[in-house]
Amino acid sequence: MSIAPHFPIIASEPVIQLEDIERRFGPIQALRGISLSLVPGRALALVGESGCGKTTCARIIARMDQPTAGKLRFQGRDITKTGTAEDERAYRREVQMVFQDPFSSLNPVFSIEHHLSRPILLHRHAVGKAAVSDAVSELLANVGLDPALTRRKFPHELSGGQRQRVNIARALAVRPSVLVADEPTSMLDVSIRMGILELLAQIKQKERLALLYITHDIATAAHVAEEIVVMFAGQMVEWGETNAVIGDARHPYTQLLLSAVPDGSRPFVIGESARFLEQAEKVRALSRPTSTTVEQVGPNHFVRPLAAAS
Amino acid sequence: MSDTLLQIRNLDVDYLLDKGEFRAVKNVSFEIGRGELFGLAGESGCGKSTIAYAITRLSKAPAWVAGGQIILDGQDLLKLPESEMQKVRWKRVGMVFQSAMNSLNPLMRVEAQFHDVLHRHTGCSKSQSRAQAEAMFKLVGIPTSRISDYPHQFSGGMRQRIVIAICLALRPELIIMDEPTTALDVVVQREILEQVIDLQRAYGFSVLFITHDLHLMAQLCHRIGVMLKGELVEVGDVKQVSQSPAHDYTRKLWNAIPQLPRQSRLTGETA
Repeated sequence: MSIAPHFPIIASEPVIQLEDIERRFGPIQALRGISLSLVPGRALALVGESGCGKTTCARIIARMDQPTAGKLRFQGRDITKTGTAEDERAYRREVQMVFQDPFSSLNPVFSIEHHLSRPILLHRHAVGKAAVSDAVSELLANVGLDPALTRRKFPHELSGGQRQRVNIARALAVRPSVLVADEPTSMLDVSIRMGILELLAQIKQKERLALLYITHDIATAAHVAEEIVVMFAGQMVEWGETNAVIGDARHPYTQLLLSAVPDGSRPFVIGESARFLEQAEKVRALSRPTSTTVEQVGPNHFVRPLAAAS
Repeated sequence: MSDTLLQIRNLDVDYLLDKGEFRAVKNVSFEIGRGELFGLAGESGCGKSTIAYAITRLSKAPAWVAGGQIILDGQDLLKLPESEMQKVRWKRVGMVFQSAMNSLNPLMRVEAQFHDVLHRHTGCSKSQSRAQAEAMFKLVGIPTSRISDYPHQFSGGMRQRIVIAICLALRPELIIMDEPTTALDVVVQREILEQVIDLQRAYGFSVLFITHDLHLMAQLCHRIGVMLKGELVEVGDVKQVSQSPAHDYTRKLWNAIPQLPRQSRLTGETA
């Protein structure tokens, strides 16, 4: 058995490291052998179909869930075991999440100002009315919203894209070092998706955030992230630098994902559905058996070889 | 298209608000031929779903069809009494919505839901509806052994296929699909839509396909209409709308979706 090499291969120190993370729910093995790192100023995308374990992975990183086995490290320290309440709070300050549904993640009875000033007060990033108010303005401006127009509004007065920007501002309010974004654009309209993706890229740079971007859409992943991890049935099947994974996909599941990205220049062919369905099933069946071997196929590109057909 | 199935003429739909009325659909006209796959694209709030609801006369207050005609095979649906309209819905015009997979009753076995719909519209017996359900399951690629399972036992993609199967069982002439695969992942999306194309070929129904993803629409549809703020700003066949869009907004919509670099799309083909 070969140990999964440290990923991504990069000179700077990771903030978060997952080492051989496993998660079982009763008889179901939701995650196995997950090893990856999040690095300041870089984005890593977890890509896969619903149920492949990507959200479970995010929940473990956000400490909303505990792995069954394996290690979670923060700045090199092993923090897998639950720490004191104070440790947990300190960790939450460092690791923030943005969720898929911008409509349900804000409290409808509070103003935007309230949503943003609470974390500032709680974590004592500003003291005094004027200072808190300034901090709220700065946060709103940071995510591309007009502070004067937005602060007194209530969630229902904002569009989905604006609400998602507020959610990002709220996450930034505690000055985290890691941001976990779980399908942050999949409930938003196309016309505003790009704006949110660009905002994430911009704050990642500016705040030196380590970004974990979770999606089922490999095309947006390629747009946002420096590294891509393709997951299937709880395992990492192919991972590496974005250009390598996208341009030289080795695993049949990655190739399937790429082939399914909508492309207006390739119309569907009549009479092909049975073939595609069969092929997708075949790829899923081939990818399901777990394997512990890892093959390095490029300087920063790894693939889990298919278990030999018996 | 020589044979027109649906004609929308000068359709106006208003939302009655406290501040007065807001015209969500402004003087929209288009037609869908028999056996044609017609796409309606545009961002949220442009009025595309409002049109879908207007066609099936399911617009709920404060939405109000203020004017125009919706002609299905020579008959103006807006003038039909509600009792007649009930015979049009599902039987002649099927509907699959984005959240359709959640429209299955969680307490009823799928087989019973088939029977419920088929019995109401055709008066068929339980054994007939079972046979029909089995045939439809085969058609959409779900093992017939699962016919008496409950909705929660199926994945999201399978549930969406079951709704399409129920819809097809009544052999409608037109199926309205409003973002039918937006909640699903890309592989499942392609599986379902390729099936829709083949089923369309086999049964000859027309489709009104509504989505904000122009790329997806171009893979599926024959003709495309683009909506902006309640107005239909461009209608044309796929080739024209994708290669030489007439309206600036259409061009923006094409660029709104992150695309993979060229060469990777080609390697994706070899999957």
